[in-house]
Amino acid sequence: MDIIYTIWLRSMIRYIRSKSRIVGSISMPLFFLLFLGFGLNSVVRIPGLGENYIQFLIPGMVAMSVLFTSVFSGIQIIWDKQFGFLKETLVAPVTRMEIMLGQTFGGATTALIQGIIIMVISLFVGLQVQSVIGFFIALGFMVLIGISFTAFGIAIASRMEDMTGFQLIMNFVVFPIFGLSGALFPISSLPSWIAPVTMIDPLTYGVEGIRYGLTGVSQINPVLSFMVIGGFACIMTIIGAFLFRKISI
Amino acid sequence: MTPAIQVHELTKKYGNLVAVDNISFEIKQGEIFGLLGPNGAGKTTTLSMLSTMQKPTSGTATVQGKDVEKNEDEVRKAIGIVFQDQSLDEELTAGENMDFHGRLYRIPPDERNQRIDSLLRLVELYDRKKDIVKTFSGGMRRRLEIARGLLHHPSVLFLDEPTLGLDPQTRNHLWQYIADLSKEKHITIILTTHYMEEADRLCDRIAIIDHGSIIALDTPQNLKNGIGGDIITIQTPDFNTATEVLSEPWIHRIETHNDEIRIFLMNAEQHISDIITRVNQQNITIHSVSIHKPTLEDVFLSFTGKTIREQEINGKEMMRMHMRRGKR
Repeated sequence: MDIIYTIWLRSMIRYIRSKSRIVGSISMPLFFLLFLGFGLNSVVRIPGLGENYIQFLIPGMVAMSVLFTSVFSGIQIIWDKQFGFLKETLVAPVTRMEIMLGQTFGGATTALIQGIIIMVISLFVGLQVQSVIGFFIALGFMVLIGISFTAFGIAIASRMEDMTGFQLIMNFVVFPIFGLSGALFPISSLPSWIAPVTMIDPLTYGVEGIRYGLTGVSQINPVLSFMVIGGFACIMTIIGAFLFRKISI
Repeated sequence: MTPAIQVHELTKKYGNLVAVDNISFEIKQGEIFGLLGPNGAGKTTTLSMLSTMQKPTSGTATVQGKDVEKNEDEVRKAIGIVFQDQSLDEELTAGENMDFHGRLYRIPPDERNQRIDSLLRLVELYDRKKDIVKTFSGGMRRRLEIARGLLHHPSVLFLDEPTLGLDPQTRNHLWQYIADLSKEKHITIILTTHYMEEADRLCDRIAIIDHGSIIALDTPQNLKNGIGGDIITIQTPDFNTATEVLSEPWIHRIETHNDEIRIFLMNAEQHISDIITRVNQQNITIHSVSIHKPTLEDVFLSFTGKTIREQEINGKEMMRMHMRRGKR
């Protein structure tokens, strides 16, 4: 535990120091929220929420900020590889499992904080948290998304030599995961041929879970959402740990 | 007393390339041992195997009696390592880098803080403890890395090219640190270098390594003595004829290299005029003459027929070819 905490602590110190990264990674979901939210608020009707697109969009943007931050945190291992710091951890008398878990929890925590920042900002554009329990349910889902996708980032970073493939991963893996998740639109209003794709996207369940927590309304049963995203977090952690074990420098 | 390090027929292959070829040696407790050789000779690979970072293809190695393959964690606890490339977290302060290391090696908090302060004082970085490493110069980073490598009180310290890329002044300074360190803390130090001067000045014993094999292993003094006295180097375009006229019992041996003749003999000062007269009698042009005491460079040259720099170019070629082959 002490080693996991040590690695986690380092992530936190680095996170707090990187002001530009904090601002940079909240700006995109924030702009989405403002432009799409205000732009489409009066045009779009959401089942169950009526004419309140912003209410619908906020959980999606919270999930987005958690998703991107956590993938990026995981992939940052490549920097450690390139700048040599990874060697320092790998040659210490600690297991790779501990290092990997420390990184995962570190990434998930930064992602959670980023998500909370978006949530707080959302309070000013119309977010009305339904209940305290709901708020904590949302946090729980954010943690699970954070763990899943940090582990996902670590898995990818373990197989990548440098940052050149990063853009590719972002455009062809992470963005589709986000786009298909129902963060921007209700999944029930999709054409029937694309709906199944949405249902195999693990983030869909994360977004629906956060949405249930924050607005009290969701299209997927929150218990099912919890089981799917929870299971996905476990599987990704195992895959990430497995690939990280084989990392060579 | 068990040797600090025992290496027996250690080999590492990458596909067809044999990086380390069946080497054996022992390092005594408290010794400063140098692995000297050109880049690509297998020094870093040897060090990676000894520090459990890479698995040997065959052979065995122990550190403080612990096998590097079977007893990985014990070996890791016993060693400190300063890598060839920097391995600090630049976003953290000097103190935080040290603290991180101390936590990884599970040093209790009180002791950790005390050791961090005293080591930072040792490497004269105490007043920069709260500064971010990004702002440090190359020499300061090296010193910090050495301090960090000592934090968990290792009994064996690995230094991989400790002064690579540093200016002469910093290099001298660092040599002093390393020498003092070995004296005061009785740590066994194994260092790799391709600087002859560094090996000569610091090491108690040196293994000269080339193409993955150890070609000579002794104290710097013995290695230099083994060469046979002083060296007179004559630069001449006509070195074949010049070599022929010089056959005297007091000449130990003659080697030719590029357009140089290298004459090994005792008491070079007494014989130099004789040599020049003989060469002049044959109307051979002499560009320059010099006498010097043997250096490790001469030792390397006489064992491999090449200077370390020439060998380095070959080594790099080989690595490049290997990389290309690997990618295909």
